Amino acid sequence: MNQKPESLIKDGLRLDGRKPDELRPIKIEVGVLSNADGSAYIEQGKNKILAAVYGPKELHPKHLALPDRMVLRCRYHMAPFSVQERKSPAPSRREIELSKVVREALEPAIFMEYYPRTATDVFVEVLQADGGTRCASITAASLALADAGMPMRDLVAACSAGKVDGTIVLDLMDIEDKDGTADVPVAYMPNLGVITLLQMDGVLTLEEFESAVNLAIKGCEKIYNLQKEALRAKYVSAKESEE
Amino acid sequence: MATFFERRQLVTPGDLLAKGDYIAGENTYKEGDGIYATRIGLVEYENKKVSVVALRAFYIPKVGDIVIGAVVEVGFSGWTVDINAPYKAILKASDVLNRQFKPQKNDLTEVLDVGDLVVAKIIAYDRTQNPLLSVSDPGLGKIARGQIVKITPTKIPRVIGKKGSMISLIKQETGCHLVLGHNGVILITGKSPEDEELAMMAIRKIEEESHISGLTDRIFQMIKREKEKRGGGISESKA
Repeated sequence: MNQKPESLIKDGLRLDGRKPDELRPIKIEVGVLSNADGSAYIEQGKNKILAAVYGPKELHPKHLALPDRMVLRCRYHMAPFSVQERKSPAPSRREIELSKVVREALEPAIFMEYYPRTATDVFVEVLQADGGTRCASITAASLALADAGMPMRDLVAACSAGKVDGTIVLDLMDIEDKDGTADVPVAYMPNLGVITLLQMDGVLTLEEFESAVNLAIKGCEKIYNLQKEALRAKYVSAKESEE
Repeated sequence: MATFFERRQLVTPGDLLAKGDYIAGENTYKEGDGIYATRIGLVEYENKKVSVVALRAFYIPKVGDIVIGAVVEVGFSGWTVDINAPYKAILKASDVLNRQFKPQKNDLTEVLDVGDLVVAKIIAYDRTQNPLLSVSDPGLGKIARGQIVKITPTKIPRVIGKKGSMISLIKQETGCHLVLGHNGVILITGKSPEDEELAMMAIRKIEEESHISGLTDRIFQMIKREKEKRGGGISESKA
């Protein structure tokens, strides 16, 4: 296991050389799986996450269907090889909670009332984890939904902020999450200015909390632009190869 | 009153398309006085109506649509048909047999069995009820032969083209007969499997490049190239 470093911030830079308000390098690809109705892949630092969407389709068993709206079902799952020590592939307590958190972050973006009596499945598979997977999962899952042709109010971008060594920082990685003071994941619909997920783990003063949320929203806006770029890239690339 | 994109520009969900006194068309919604996109697609401004031609969408049944579906279940008085939509469609036995029938006498699997493909028309559908099909019009019914291609349902108008230019081009050049289902399923019947394959390639190309202009010309060139390639191949094997 890693030794706990003496300090997480040296000379104003973090362990991986980032400034406090800097995101990890992000790579997003849309439509990577041909068997799913929609899919997306995200690499955020060392995080590697796949998201796939099926639906909307008829819901079985039928008694779970809602007469006035669609049912969204989410599964957040970590691969056994996603962390340093093998993780049991059975869904853990944490994964069940995160499935619910991801679902609730996505629901406000979707026009659920358009397709009553149906269900849509979202599968999030974490292949490699390095902190902030719930946020990267939401980012990828909202793109997979858009790729599946789901009508959406806006794309959902998510990013965390937190406090490490007395400094408010953006996009915490695993070690900062574990040894830091606090972690605030935020999911956000930038065009509408709506927050769909807000959690906090740790201790912050009111002022610190406010600046962390504002910093996370700034991060979400940057990620949102990358999301739009990735969604467009799928169609622009076909255009360029022709010309 | 302001618009924020050029006509036919690529937009993503959540993009603000127009502000002010506009009407929200397909694949858009209104929030306050802003019109936003709900799907990835190409934006269209038409007088006061703002709409998005979606590049990715699924089929939602509409009364009057012709669809191609596969029988997935045989019941007592009819069939359940998968029409590539979120809802399974129902086809009643009385509609197919065109007469009274008795479940204890008639075996419905003799008429249509699981896996059979049908061309049908949607005659009833709303939010509370699954779509109801009919095969009583001419040209509808069980599919005997041909090949099936599935494309994104929103691209069916592109396969038809302006005033049917695209579909008549494919029919003319490949000699195949095409039935377009509004649900994105296309039936191709030609004289030989090679002809059908050529029509299939053309349709796949349309699906991939539907958002780029000059499509009809490119499809024509592609079919010509393919024909030459094949023509060359045959003459070589003869020599």
